[in-house]
Formats: sequence, C-alpha cells, structure tokens
Amino acid sequence: MTATSLPLPGGTRPDAPRRPETARLPPHELLSIALQGLRTRRLRASLSALGIAIGIGAMVAVVGISASSQANLLATIDSLGTNLLTVAPGQTFLGANEVLPSTSVAAILHQPNVQTASAVYQVSNVSVLRTPYVPSEQTGGIGVDAADTGLLAALSDRMASGHFLNASNERFPTVVLGAQAATILQIPNASGHIQLFLGGTWFTVVGIMKPALLDPNLDTSVFIGLPTAERLFRTQPNASEIYVRTNQDSVTSVSNLLAATADPQNPDGVQVSRPSDALEARAAAKGQFTTLLLGLGAVALLVGAIGIANIMVISVLERRAEIGLRRALGATRRHITIQFLAESALLAALGGIAGLLLGGLATLVYAIARGQPWVVPLYALIAAPVAGFAIGAVAGLYPASKAARLSPTEALRAT
Amino acid sequence: MSAALRLRDVGKEYPGGVHALRGVSVEVPAGDQVAVVGPSGSGKTTMLTVLGTLERPTSGAVEVAGRDVVAASDSELAGLRAFEIGFVFQGFHLQEAMTALDNVATGMLYTGAPARERREAARAALDRVGLSGRLTHRPTQLSGGERQRVAIARAIAKRPVIMLADEPTGNLDSRSGQEVISLLHELAADGASLVLITHDEQIAGTFERRIQMRDGEIVGDERQ
Repeated sequence: MTATSLPLPGGTRPDAPRRPETARLPPHELLSIALQGLRTRRLRASLSALGIAIGIGAMVAVVGISASSQANLLATIDSLGTNLLTVAPGQTFLGANEVLPSTSVAAILHQPNVQTASAVYQVSNVSVLRTPYVPSEQTGGIGVDAADTGLLAALSDRMASGHFLNASNERFPTVVLGAQAATILQIPNASGHIQLFLGGTWFTVVGIMKPALLDPNLDTSVFIGLPTAERLFRTQPNASEIYVRTNQDSVTSVSNLLAATADPQNPDGVQVSRPSDALEARAAAKGQFTTLLLGLGAVALLVGAIGIANIMVISVLERRAEIGLRRALGATRRHITIQFLAESALLAALGGIAGLLLGGLATLVYAIARGQPWVVPLYALIAAPVAGFAIGAVAGLYPASKAARLSPTEALRAT
Repeated sequence: MSAALRLRDVGKEYPGGVHALRGVSVEVPAGDQVAVVGPSGSGKTTMLTVLGTLERPTSGAVEVAGRDVVAASDSELAGLRAFEIGFVFQGFHLQEAMTALDNVATGMLYTGAPARERREAARAALDRVGLSGRLTHRPTQLSGGERQRVAIARAIAKRPVIMLADEPTGNLDSRSGQEVISLLHELAADGASLVLITHDEQIAGTFERRIQMRDGEIVGDERQ
C-alpha cells in the first residue's frame, strides 16, 4: 500500500480492518425504524390498532362512567350532609309496632350537639282524593302524614313549587305534596287554586317538594300540619319518624344516645339509622358492578391482541426482503426481534392512547347526558397506554421471533 | 498483503442432501477484484453468502477481514457485515418509502453512527456514484441504473473493505449495466476487495481474475 492510495471521500477503504466491533442499534434508532415501519403501512396499522383502541376504550368508558356516577352520588351525599340521623319506632318481640313517646322530639332537641329535630306523624285511615266522587279505596298508594314545620330544613330538601308548612298555615287545612305524590295526583304546581279532599275536608295545596334523596319514602306522602291533624283526625303526637341533624363531628356520639333519649323507658324499641350510609353503600355497589363490564372489555382487548399478532405475522411474510436486507446491513437476529416487537408494542400503545381518548369521550357524553361530573380515574391515563404496550409486546412475540429465525439468504431471494 | 477473504476446504450442505459447495478453497487478497462465473446452481451465490457471513459453512474454515467466521458469534458476524462488508444485489432491495439519501444512510444504521454522520456519509456516497442531484428522489422515481447506483452508494457509505455483488446488472439494460460495472471497478480501486457474480462473459472479461464454478466446486481460477 502506498501513500497515494488514500481513499476518496465516499469511496471504499483500503486500510486494515478496524478493531473487532459488534453491530449496534441505539434505542432511539430502534424507535424511529419501528415508527417508520408503521408509517409506511398506515391504513393497516390504524385498523389493527383500532381493535386495541376499542378494547381499551370500552374499559376506560366502563371505569369512567362508574367513577362519574360514583362521584355524582358522593357529591349528592355531600350536599345532603352525612350528619342526618333518623329515629323510628321499632317492632316488639312479637312483631307489633312500638310507639315513640310524644316527648321524643323535645327530648332530642335538648341533647347537646343536636342542631335540629323534626318529625312526621302517621295520619291513619285518611286517604287523598282529587274529588269526593273518587272511591276512598283508590289512594294510589299515597299516605297522609302530619309534619313539623322544620322537616324541610332537616332533610336539606327544596321545594319544587310553592312553600312548605309554616307557623301561619299549619293550623289550617293546607297540604304539601311529596314529589311522587304530586306526579300520581297529576298536580304540576302549587298555584294555590288546587284543592284535595282529605278525610272529608278540602285541603289547599300550598307546596310541592323536590325528591327527598335521603328518605325516598317521603316522596309518596302528602303532609299536613300537626295541629290540623290533631284537630280533624285525632292524630296522636307520637312521631313515626324523627329526622335529627347533629354537629358534623359528633354524629356517632349523638347516634349512640338517641335511642335512650327518644324513649328512656324502652330504648330497645327505637331504631336509629343514618340514611347517608345507604347512599354510600349504593356508591360502593356501583363500583362492584363494573368488574363484569371490565371482563367484557378484556375480551375485546384479547380480540384486538389477536388481530395485532395476525397483522404482524402477515407483515413479517411481506417484509422478508427487508429483513434479509437488514441482516445483510449488519442487523443481528436480536435487532430484528426487537424491531418487530417494538413495532407491535408501539402500535398497540398508540391504540391504547386512542382507546383512552375514545373512552374519555364516551364518559364525557354520558356525564353530560346525565348531568354528572366528568371523572376519568387518574390511573387510567397511565394504565391505558401501558396496557396497550404490554399487550402489543406479547402479541408481537411470535411474529418477531419468526422474523428473526428467517434465513437471510432466503429472505433476500424474496423480492 | 493479507487476504481479505479466505475459504479453506469449505462445504455447504442444505437440508435434503443438496451439496451447494464441495471443498472450496479460495483466497482473495485485499484489493483484489474477482469475477465469479458459472451456470445456475453451480454454487456461486452460496459462496458469496458464505463470504458475506450471511451463512455459516457446514465444513471447512472461513476467514473474513481477519476474523474466523466459524467461531464467531451472531453479533460478531453482524458487526463484520455492519462495518466491513458491502452488499450489492440483483434486485436492488431499496425501501420504497424512503428517499435515496435515507436508503443510503440505512446502510450504516447498524454501525451505531449518529444520524447526522450517516447522512453526511450517504451524501458523499451518492455524490461519488454521480447521484448528487437525486438525494430526495424515491426509488420509484429513479431508473433501473440509478436505483442500482443508489444501492451501490448504500454499500460503500460505510467504506467497507469488502464488496460483494450478486448479479448487479441482472435487472439492467446493457448500457446501464456497463456503467454500474465500471463504477464498481472504480470504487474498488480505492483498495477494497470486490467479488462479483455474473453470467455475462463480457462483464467477466473486465476483471483481472476470474473464478469458474460448476456443481459446487471451483473448476478454474485464472488471472489475465
């Protein structure tokens, strides 16, 4: 070799072989060839990613919708307050109804940490009729209760129309309707001109309540003032249900004392409960239900994964020439394996992100339609692409190893 | 000068009892330019793939650029192909979706060289094969001769010590074929060894050294 045989730029190299080196492929190059592999087959890539997107989208929507309803329920509970306790007469050992003493409400109001206490009293043998010509057996399932004027506040309920019983009207034949009772009686609003026939007396409708979320039983009742009930129907002032608001941080301590306060002579005959517990249980139950739907989403995901594996197998067959060329250019079997694995994982991860968007959108539409808050659990933001990536990697295992096992010379012959 | 390529008593047998190579011994010194001729099925391509470390022999010893191929690992052989060997195929094997420049830069992908360096080398190589005006063209926008020149640029971008060409003119008309052959001669004149398979007697005539193969054996090895 002489000094004049120096290579021109871009030419071949006459000098001795470089020190032994192995082929290398930095991770970012790998990513770029995997992306390029997907870019050159866009339609096919997006169709196969769609399978994963639908599976993950279904799961995100299930989780999101259930989280949204849960959030809605919890928001309702929050707005109604968890400091409401109810006191009701229980049953005797033999199954007969207990009776609360007429002093119960006053006694409870004397307890420290009690904000308010209001009661309803059952008015027996009186039915609600639109006219005297309706047979008195056709009550439509509507009960008549006498109510303290503070009931609305104790329930944190609102009026849909008109106003509640108050000191000025409770002594007169006026009636307030529960939400469902108003629907059954077909009374849309309390204009002051509508009267109902109760136990032989005309009562003027002065108000219609909104649904009482903490105690839906009240929705099918109509309420009259206790003095009126006592006067006209000889109703005894023994509460059938007492609604007690306590200070927020002494709910438990008040709850423990309520039975003995309401009926000191027979505390075992008193039932104390916390309505918000039932709502919270419902919120928890909504979470349970999603497991089944998640299972269905997983099936969709499995189908998507099989779709990706299928597409990758076809892709390997079609790209034999490219695989052969890459081997000739210095790719090891491992480089080929990783390239196809990366393509498959990337494809499915993109599918996962698309699924996240789809599921989020479905949740948004549902939340808007139901007037609920839009909630997608934080973990879904990470889990969706990661799950896609993992599924793609698993689905790509077989096609990738098939690609790596191809003999380079055979692969090169395929043009 | 040391041998760039050395086969000693190499045999290659494929499953089913096909003896593609039988006791082939040949030595190609660095800088030698060799044409391999022979009828179809004579073992030319098999010999080239063994020289190119794409296949291991069933028996015998192979030495490429000073490395023992039989003992080397998969990644060491891949390293030899990445750094020292440039292939040119009859079918070009260009990637349709890439520009000429990217196709050529891919030739150095597995050396681990950074992208900027690869593109610089690719530009120089394309310049060297006379395609500096075609950098952003895709293979479908190029003529057959131009495509093969892109493929040659891809083989030389990493400046290999060995160039292996399998019927590089097989898909070309005779005029572009001749241009490709003289380009290969010229590039190899920088000092690389060139082994080229051909059917064409006229092309073989442009080589100083000619190896004749038949039925997996070397039947003639002459210099003119």
